[in-house]
Amino acid sequence: MTTTTTSPIPAADTKRTVSRYERLRVPGAFLLGAVLLMGVAPLALTDFRLNLLAKYLCYAIVAVGVSLAWGRGGLLVLGQGVFFGLGGYAMAMHLKLADAAATGQTLPDFMQLYGTGDALPWWWRPFANPAFALAMTVLLPMAVAALLGFFVFRRRVKGAYFAILSQALAAALAIWLVGQQATTGGTNGLTDIQGFFGYDLGDPVNQRTVYFIIAAALLLLMAAARQLFVSRYGELLVAVRDSEERVRFLGYDPANVKLVAYVVAAGMAGLAGALFVPAVGIISPALIGIVPSIGFVIGAAVGGRASLVGAVLGAIAVAWAQSTLSDAFPAAWTYLQGLLFVLAVGFLPGGLASLVTVLRGRRTPTTPTGGTT
Amino acid sequence: MTVILNQSFTGISIGAVLLLIALGLTLTFGQMGVINMAHGEFIMAGAYTTYVLQKDISGAGISLLVALPLAFLVAGGLGALLEWLLIRRLYTRPLDTLLVTWGVSLMLQQLARDIFGAPNVQTHAPDLLTGNISVGGITFANNRLFILGLALLCVLGLTLILRLTPLGRRIRAVVQNRDLAEVSGIATGRVDRMTFFIGSGLAGVAGVALTLVGPIGPTMGTNYIVDAFLVVVVGGIAQLKGSVITAFALGVLQSVLEYSTTVSVAKVIVLVAIVAFLQWRPQGLYTLRTRSLA
Repeated sequence: MTTTTTSPIPAADTKRTVSRYERLRVPGAFLLGAVLLMGVAPLALTDFRLNLLAKYLCYAIVAVGVSLAWGRGGLLVLGQGVFFGLGGYAMAMHLKLADAAATGQTLPDFMQLYGTGDALPWWWRPFANPAFALAMTVLLPMAVAALLGFFVFRRRVKGAYFAILSQALAAALAIWLVGQQATTGGTNGLTDIQGFFGYDLGDPVNQRTVYFIIAAALLLLMAAARQLFVSRYGELLVAVRDSEERVRFLGYDPANVKLVAYVVAAGMAGLAGALFVPAVGIISPALIGIVPSIGFVIGAAVGGRASLVGAVLGAIAVAWAQSTLSDAFPAAWTYLQGLLFVLAVGFLPGGLASLVTVLRGRRTPTTPTGGTT
Repeated sequence: MTVILNQSFTGISIGAVLLLIALGLTLTFGQMGVINMAHGEFIMAGAYTTYVLQKDISGAGISLLVALPLAFLVAGGLGALLEWLLIRRLYTRPLDTLLVTWGVSLMLQQLARDIFGAPNVQTHAPDLLTGNISVGGITFANNRLFILGLALLCVLGLTLILRLTPLGRRIRAVVQNRDLAEVSGIATGRVDRMTFFIGSGLAGVAGVALTLVGPIGPTMGTNYIVDAFLVVVVGGIAQLKGSVITAFALGVLQSVLEYSTTVSVAKVIVLVAIVAFLQWRPQGLYTLRTRSLA
């Protein structure tokens, strides 16, 4: 590193004396968010819009992980679709099996149509157990991330190399899923999911319950991520991002530090995928390939990758803009999306979250990525 | 035996396409550390150039010959413009170039959709390139042979430029040590723009070649870009021989695996093989020896 990049994140001990206002700021903001999500939104929004919001909140959960791995750790995770998909498919497989069992069938509907028609594939069978399926929504993505991360980080494969590999993984999974028509539903994916652990998803009351589960998960994960950010590990992660070699010379192993961030981010994406399935009722390769995988990063980049709240709000705002604008003006939205991305990443690397600081302080926007990681 | 040979030829022709696409990338990636996701859209620009020419010039053969240099200029011009507008502001942040150029590629795809329409279009191959040649039981498709020849010609041309011309010397100097090149009086900014022009131009040439094997559409770039990046990663930065070996190796591996399994399983196995390979050589097949810590 020849240039010293100033981090947008203040070091933990710069403010020894904390005013009461400062001390209440974070819990206050959290409380405000909780009231908005759990109280105001369900009262103010129609069932249809609340369901849309539930979908956006799933993207926001992915953004929490992106903020951790990319914003703090400098790891550009372009393959979050893989983990989102693994979580989503694990959940959808269980729900499809439960739906089939409820109507007295042994095979999900698409397998009766396209499959060989005889027995359930062996790797589908354990997913009939709800506890196993739920555990897999998080553990499976984390295991895949741990395996890839272990090999990649240990050999100091960095930056662009890591980004491209994680992206290729997303492409490979999407292609594989499409190819296995008989057991994965192919291009269609797993569709038309009716029930959610015994409750009928067609019922608006149950849809609201799903929304509350998703909102609670988001709030919980944001709180957990914030605790992680201010912890000793959080400091170490930023240190690895800014100067990996120095951290190595200090006796830490940067590979382990990065691995934890990658695995935690993968688990969050997996959980988001699992929650996405009951909210939307579908999971398909089109939702997890290269384009959606980059899409997961866009929201965080526009909102502010280094700021947790910025990343989450950015993800929600971009998802909202996408579904509103792309219906009305499909062409204009694509231009806007591209332009937004060029401007946010190219000229405002801190995202919209840093806009106030930039305008007020007339500072040049600081660069969250050291560039080498 | 003939099956194996035929399959190997298919693999080599896949490799030739990969090589054509990766050639420009390895140049721009090696020079500035820039990951240009819009490279796929420069390929698309080259392909549409061929399409437009064929609508205006009647003979498929002549239009193909005109298209090759013209596509080079069109795609190269786009690349130089992109470098001037955006990339030169970002060269201390290589990871961000990936995201910025992806935004650009979104806009270029939509532009193509608005100009040429969303459905794929088709060009006619010249009569000379539609047939097959059979040698000893192996069938060579003429268009595949043409692409192979074109790829090798591009490698040769690029090698000569890099080895023999003053521009090539400057490019190599900047790749090896940007700061030292700068203080030695090389205008690195100008070298960057020329590198980008040549690298993007090669994408345009690849686009012309791709019109011979598939349809032309707004999303054609995204189908190839990840594979091309894998070639660059495995081959090593800015090393032409690395790219050449890797492209053909991956092409043959892919086609052999496709024959014994399915297309989708082959893709997954190739990816696993690449991760395994990077365990052995994290910096790719060929690396520049530098004294940098990273």
